[in-house]
Amino acid sequence: MRSMKDVPREDILTHGHGACPGCGYAVTAKNIAKMLGPNTVVYVPASCLVVFGALYPYSAWKTPYLFTAFENTGAVTTGIKAALRRRHIDATVVGMAGDGGTFDIGLQALSGAAERNEDIIYVCLDNEAYMNTGIQRSSATPFGAWTTTTPAGLEVKGNRRFKKDIARIVADHDVPYVATLSVAHFTDFVRKVQKAKEMRGFRFLHCLTPCIPGWRIEPSKGVSINRLAVETGMWTLYEVENGVPRVTYKPKVMAPVTEYLKLQGRFKHMGEADVRTLQAWLCEKWRANYGEEAPSPPCVLPPKEEVLAHDGDTLYGI
Amino acid sequence: MAVKTITGDQAVAYGAMLARAEVVPGFPITPQTIIIEQISEFINDGLMDADFIPAESEHSVMSVAIGASAGGVRTFTATSSQGLALMYEMLFAAAPIRLPVVMAVANRSLGAASGIWTEHNDSVPVRESGWLQVYVESNQEALDMTIQAFRIAEDRRVMLPIMVCLDGFILSHVVEGVDIPEQAVVDRFLPKFSPVNVLDPRDPVMMNPVTPPEFATEMRYQQDRAVEAARVAIAEADEEFAALTGRRYGGLFESYRMDDAEYALAGLGTWAGIAREAVDQLRSEGKKAGLIKLRYMRPFPGQELRQATLNLKSLGTFDRSAAFNGYGPLFTEVRNALYGSGIMVTDHIAGIGGRDITVETVRDMYDIVERSARGEQVRDCTWHTLRGEMQ
Repeated sequence: MRSMKDVPREDILTHGHGACPGCGYAVTAKNIAKMLGPNTVVYVPASCLVVFGALYPYSAWKTPYLFTAFENTGAVTTGIKAALRRRHIDATVVGMAGDGGTFDIGLQALSGAAERNEDIIYVCLDNEAYMNTGIQRSSATPFGAWTTTTPAGLEVKGNRRFKKDIARIVADHDVPYVATLSVAHFTDFVRKVQKAKEMRGFRFLHCLTPCIPGWRIEPSKGVSINRLAVETGMWTLYEVENGVPRVTYKPKVMAPVTEYLKLQGRFKHMGEADVRTLQAWLCEKWRANYGEEAPSPPCVLPPKEEVLAHDGDTLYGI
Repeated sequence: MAVKTITGDQAVAYGAMLARAEVVPGFPITPQTIIIEQISEFINDGLMDADFIPAESEHSVMSVAIGASAGGVRTFTATSSQGLALMYEMLFAAAPIRLPVVMAVANRSLGAASGIWTEHNDSVPVRESGWLQVYVESNQEALDMTIQAFRIAEDRRVMLPIMVCLDGFILSHVVEGVDIPEQAVVDRFLPKFSPVNVLDPRDPVMMNPVTPPEFATEMRYQQDRAVEAARVAIAEADEEFAALTGRRYGGLFESYRMDDAEYALAGLGTWAGIAREAVDQLRSEGKKAGLIKLRYMRPFPGQELRQATLNLKSLGTFDRSAAFNGYGPLFTEVRNALYGSGIMVTDHIAGIGGRDITVETVRDMYDIVERSARGEQVRDCTWHTLRGEMQ
């Protein structure tokens, strides 16, 4: 598989699931499942996917499916793979966890599985907060973002910490493959999933998945926001294959972060100081990721405060 | 057959090897650690064909076990105390998904008043997790029950996980002569694992999807019936194991000098060995004392216990853990089972945090039970061997 037209037509996570219209989590999970194909066993920890993917007696999964708890994706998939190996069944074992289940509560089991180089694919579907429980901050939540546990209060407005770099943490376990994905960059997406599928050992796919109600965005805007995340440096597309890092897509110019922020209600309270802080952090990140100074204008002329367009009242699915 | 001088932990490891466990996730914790060390040695010496998975915590150990068992292979692990507590969440996944995982628990006190010595307050509180629980008295029984546990857990009428509980240090670290059964004998007793539901892409199933209120009650009820069905599977396993090895354990519990007993004690674990000695002494003094060595906490032998105590006047329970509600947990189970029978029931808490239980301690328990049998007013619950002013 090299591009969109090579992707199998047969769905593995089929229609009829219960995700919100426009859900970035669903479209990412659906496309990854499709490319991994029917010879796959899926483990899903506590997350939106557990709720929208299967509700007894119905299931949108055409593959075997297991759910048990929140923090053990690395461990349960380890056990499944061990069993399949002993039974001489050569199938892909994939765990699909959210950012909370990966960055926070699942970090220990993830580290254990990565260190042991278990032969599994670990997909982190990152919507940057605990969305299934109703939008609480995780260590994947970006600086400034509103969540229900980082409210835009009178004194403190939004999340005060910067997003944890989980892909780098996993890559530091010296695993065969780590990649960051965006459905807006689909050829890159396909190539990375295909590469992960063909490799052996621990593979980690980190996907940015916009959340309609959690990010306070229009259901039609998920893919555009995914694209803007990359253009502004909020998301970087790269892979680390057998220890060798490589940027797989570099924007020609750096778009100001306000382009990204203004489409999302979760950022609408951000004042000029916070926007400048975030922009400065992005410029640092740009330099680290691309090995060059971030191009003007964003890093030369810090953005002035502007009124963000979206009113942030979109509450689809809640 | 060969007799080896080994610890209780090693006996458990031999049991897991002879049972042909295929996946063994493990994490070290005293006094269980010898089990996973011994299994690792068996594997690396080529004696045992299994995967040892060194997980990074007990929570992950149980999660790996769940994945492996759901993947359709015979799965074994072991833990103790804090480790079992860390697994707590996952215990409640393994049982309802009906995964016949076998886990040895080397009993050790849990929590503050921290220690590494034996107490039953690690495994007894998880009796409501849906796991079956058997408690053993000797290293031989530890080995034999590890093998029997797979047979009981994998019985199609049961399909539930089971804990084989052995007193920490008293068994786990003490050597005894243990008869190691021939592999062929064990193979006859324990057929190849044939799971009901398996995660296999050739025949997809969903395991534990979110289950709405319309279906959850029935799922729990089936679990309850499966625990009940285990009574039969336990009795059959005991019979057949006895036929093959000559060792019979009595199933749910073992009665000792109960035929004409007027009063008795019932309890779990190695305590039974000391209690037997106390009963023998009392009998030589002409007293009609008896002993019930309880073996299973789940399924709890309520009806059977009622039957076995019909002629008693008074029964004491021995609790090696407290429930902080005036009585120990075993007492609550036993008195519930005997409710309305007219038999006086008293509780006897001892051996906490690994404190030695001597024949004298057990005789003190019998003394109270005997006085109760004579109609004397005694305390419902006695903490034995309390120091000084706390008595």
